[in-house]
Amino acid sequence: MRRWTAVAWGAAGILAVAVAWELYKFLGPADGFVVGAIAGETGSGVMLLPRTHDRAMPHLWDMVARLFESTSGGDTPPLIVSVASAALLTLGIAAVGWLIGVAVGMLLGLAMQRWRLVEWGLLPWIVVSQTVPLIAFAPVVNVIGNQIDRGGFPWPQWVSVAVIASYLAFFPVAIGALKGLGSPDRIHLDLMRSYAAGYRSTLLRLRLPAAVPYLLPALRLAAANAVVGAVVAEVSIGMRGGIGRMLIQLAGQGSSDPAAPWGPTFGSIALGLVAAGSVALVGLGLRRYRRGEATA
Amino acid sequence: MTAIDTATTTPTIPAVKASGVGKTFPTKGGDVVALTGVELEVAAGEFVSLIGPSGCGKSTLLRLIADLDEASTGILEIFGKPARKARLDQDYGIAFQQSGLLPWRSVGANIALPLELHGVSAADRSARVSELAELVGLTDFVDRYPDQLSGGMQQRVAIARALAEHPRLLLMDEPFGALDEMTREYLQSELARIAAETGAAVVFVTHSIPEAVFLSDRVVVMSPRPGRITDVIETGLGTNRAEALRESPEYFAKVTEVREALHGAPVERANER
Repeated sequence: MRRWTAVAWGAAGILAVAVAWELYKFLGPADGFVVGAIAGETGSGVMLLPRTHDRAMPHLWDMVARLFESTSGGDTPPLIVSVASAALLTLGIAAVGWLIGVAVGMLLGLAMQRWRLVEWGLLPWIVVSQTVPLIAFAPVVNVIGNQIDRGGFPWPQWVSVAVIASYLAFFPVAIGALKGLGSPDRIHLDLMRSYAAGYRSTLLRLRLPAAVPYLLPALRLAAANAVVGAVVAEVSIGMRGGIGRMLIQLAGQGSSDPAAPWGPTFGSIALGLVAAGSVALVGLGLRRYRRGEATA
Repeated sequence: MTAIDTATTTPTIPAVKASGVGKTFPTKGGDVVALTGVELEVAAGEFVSLIGPSGCGKSTLLRLIADLDEASTGILEIFGKPARKARLDQDYGIAFQQSGLLPWRSVGANIALPLELHGVSAADRSARVSELAELVGLTDFVDRYPDQLSGGMQQRVAIARALAEHPRLLLMDEPFGALDEMTREYLQSELARIAAETGAAVVFVTHSIPEAVFLSDRVVVMSPRPGRITDVIETGLGTNRAEALRESPEYFAKVTEVREALHGAPVERANER
């Protein structure tokens, strides 16, 4: 019963967005509403209401219909097929990036939890690392990757994309692991000490299980980050075949084919949902670690 | 294993022997003396309570015996060995004010935790778990999870866990402190029975005078600033700790005696609980 309510609310949310879109398109001025424009100077003034003509805001049914027309004329496959295959490629790369990010994040979290000194030395850098803009950092990874490739060790472009995606994905995992591994109460640590349990048994029997409620949201964040990272990285290093590249390409043709860029946009939304949903499945298997202890 | 052998063959070795034990915690405002000059011997199988106002170092003393903290001065021996060795040899079981159960483990798995950590086989573990569940009266709850139990039941699981490896010494830090009075009295009787059945020595920290008297062979009265032992009272109530004992004159006399020892002067209304 509750599940159906949830599904109904979800559908209502999507419907509300669709209705709002069409309603504004119907009511809003076709050329938008601009304040303080200087005559004869394009792009001047402040736009208060966006344009609603068909090039700026295609009808929803046009967007959907466009999905089933051929991608770029001729006998190219329908747009939806191209979007799906591009999204799958990006999903695969994001998954690799997620795995690398989770592994690196866990190792960092473990090291920081175990040695205070490592936490003091590393944590500020981990936080700073996330302030580096991805578009500045992506080409550097690409150049290094190319050099490794030329040096004889095969390094295809998608590996660079995965590495860049992992750069965004590791952060929440490292922070979540640090917080979660440090979460056991004093009493539990005393108890493990009284059992003469060493670091390894304490980690396996106490710290890791206790970290699960902290790690699950971190893993989900990491999945979303990995998708965003993969899309942005594809664009900034110019990798072909993924959804990021497709977005840019079709957006460039937007003025002549305004419904087309919405195809890969929907594709990347679906991608994010699939990525976050897969992590939710992991959480399902770990449900018993999320029980709270009722206080006496 | 020679140490254990000597201990079992010569029962005269005390479970706990403290001579001149003290504990100082360094703080920013200078050293704080938590415990000083503790002389205490707990015989094998004896039930000893530590009682006193907060800050008297009773929990500190228990933590020293458990080797959760290290004594700053003096010699502390558990069954004739240093506290650290006794901890590594698993000579004691311990229970705290909070049950400290792992919420992701079922009752049975919580009881089995120490056995699991020390490599006891799965078959022996489940046999021991059902034995202990019966001892604490939780046979029907072995597959439940801690959040499905009442506070008193959680505490019984914690006691079962402390007993898992047949310790000859049981350390308890206000285990019933967070429970309501009725559950508390019930569990006191249960503990008296369990202690008698297992023959383990018990060091029991409490701030309840009736609890200390009802359970103990000896009540150790402590005082703060600095934490030290000020008095030791033999209850002499024998081995039968039935409910009727709570209303007997000898029991009241001992409660009064402990109260006077705690306050350092005779108390007018001796019958007040």
